[in-house]
Amino acid sequence: MTEISMTSETRNQTANRVQIALIIALLIALIFAPFVLYPVFLMKVLCFALFASAFNLLLGFTGLLSFGHAAFFGGAVYFTAHAVKEWGFSPEAGILLGVAGAAVMGLVIGFFAIRRQGIYFAMITLALSQMFFFFCLQAEFTKGEDGLQGVPRGHLLRFIDLNEPLNMYFFVLGVFVLGVFAVWRIVHSPFGMILRSIRENENRAISLGYSVNLYKLGAFVMSAALAGLAGGLKALVFQFATLTDVAWQMSGEVILMTLLGGIGTIFGPIFGAAFVVTVQNYLSTTGFPVTVLTGLIFIVCVLLFRRGIVGEFNASNLAVKLGLKSPK
Amino acid sequence: MVLSARDLRRDFGGFTAVNNVNIDVHHAKVHALIGPNGAGKTTVFNLLTKFLQPTSGKITLLGQDITKTAPARVARMGLVRSFQISAIFPHLTVLENIRVALQRPGNLSTQFWLPLSKLDVLNDRAMELLTSVGLQNQCNSLAADLSYGRKRVLEIATTLALDPKVLLLDEPMAGMGGEDVGMVAELIRDVAKTRAVLMVEHNLNVVSDLCDHITVLQRGEILAEGDYATVSNDEQVKIAYMGTDHD
Ligand SMILES: Nc1ncnc2c1ncn2[C@@H]1O[C@H](COP(=O)(O)OP(=O)(O)OP(=O)(O)O)[C@@H](O)[C@H]1O
Ligand SMILES: [Mg+2]
Repeated sequence: MTEISMTSETRNQTANRVQIALIIALLIALIFAPFVLYPVFLMKVLCFALFASAFNLLLGFTGLLSFGHAAFFGGAVYFTAHAVKEWGFSPEAGILLGVAGAAVMGLVIGFFAIRRQGIYFAMITLALSQMFFFFCLQAEFTKGEDGLQGVPRGHLLRFIDLNEPLNMYFFVLGVFVLGVFAVWRIVHSPFGMILRSIRENENRAISLGYSVNLYKLGAFVMSAALAGLAGGLKALVFQFATLTDVAWQMSGEVILMTLLGGIGTIFGPIFGAAFVVTVQNYLSTTGFPVTVLTGLIFIVCVLLFRRGIVGEFNASNLAVKLGLKSPK
Repeated sequence: MVLSARDLRRDFGGFTAVNNVNIDVHHAKVHALIGPNGAGKTTVFNLLTKFLQPTSGKITLLGQDITKTAPARVARMGLVRSFQISAIFPHLTVLENIRVALQRPGNLSTQFWLPLSKLDVLNDRAMELLTSVGLQNQCNSLAADLSYGRKRVLEIATTLALDPKVLLLDEPMAGMGGEDVGMVAELIRDVAKTRAVLMVEHNLNVVSDLCDHITVLQRGEILAEGDYATVSNDEQVKIAYMGTDHD
């Protein structure tokens, strides 16, 4: 091969090294964070970061805007909470059930939604998730407006006591890392390559012989399952399940987190979620209406840095200097 | 005969875009579909590749009736098209564009748990294809950064990567520089030795040079058919398509 490919390979190697260094730094920060910050706050950030990463698998890497992801996230919160509280499931089994439930819901909702494109796709996901919301409002096992309270955290693998805040934190961190790794693995796989080509040019992917609906459905179910993983964790972190997690505002919030952080990047949704959760936490003590501020942030984001926090960083001169991006 | 259409018709609301079209595409021949703007050439392509469902008529590919078959399935049977407006994957590299086509056979493309390096086995074949169209030095560029003509060349190379039995090319040379036109014409001549090609082309020099058989379409219907000499001497074609400057 030619010199051009040589230089680009060396460039890729530096980019990889810088990326690995950043990942290690982030992990170290997360390992020491609970000694400085409130573990519950950090766990909330991690749950939403995983939720946003799962959502981004669909929006950023497949090009599908779902407006119904609260159904998978909140659905899993209920499934896990119910299984652990009423059926006495272990925490790991409860979470797995949440994931499975979310995946099945993803299969059903995805099956109908992928038949349409763009705004119609978003409308169908919204409509079906609203149907699920009303189901949760009426159903017996969700306890309606009261929600499920006092969900026990239990013992992980029967011997690690999750009521111990640090044990719980490192369990959440472990699952979070696994979940984000799964997203990364899917995106950087032969299957992920086809997802990206569908995002880039769906008709071309069809003309190359790919049954794009099957790929979209596959991505939808994976995204729903990972959103369910985040939901299952959240049920154990907060020890309750309420209607807020299945409401449409939750679907909007995850879109905001993902856009704010930068769609189509692995780290964008993580930073976006951290930012939104932090802002919400501060505002909840001031009495300032949170929705007003998130709305304002959203407008500023769309007007000023459309690529999101991480997206803008990747496109910046600093990223070029670090070798993360090739100079134009 | 590898691809044939009988009494093909397609209505859009009350408007008939394609009417009564019969086409036979033969192995190892280049067949041109020409006609003025809006004649229905692209619509015929969309019908043959099943991107559009015909209102009536019948399409046969390699002896099989594909009138009701899904477009991706038709592509897997060996009928692959290019698009009038260049269709590439802009944010993938040139090499990745080709590999998306090469990775389809087998079950490689459903493997979501394996690293991308599993696709490296396709690199040699991909580079071979890129070299055949002179894109080897740009293999690591983003496809979006190529010039318009080079994008079209990449699209053709991607189409060829599937080793199709029938190629449908919608104005493959539109927007290309003179050098590329010559190169792509040679490429088409070469691949047509072992497969059937149906192409829409406005450049009549290319058509006369390359094509064995020509179908002239006007307002959705076939106006004339035959080799270049027959068609270019047809009185109706002179009036409708080539205008008066062809006398
Ligand atoms: N999806 C559609 N809905 C309605 N009308 C359509 C549609 N597609 C094509 N048409 C109409 O059908 C006619 C034929 O269009 P087509 O694109 O097939 O022409 P063409 O021969 O490819 O022209 P050109 O040389 O400009 O590419 C045009 O009048 C066009 O407006
Ligand atoms: Mg056309």
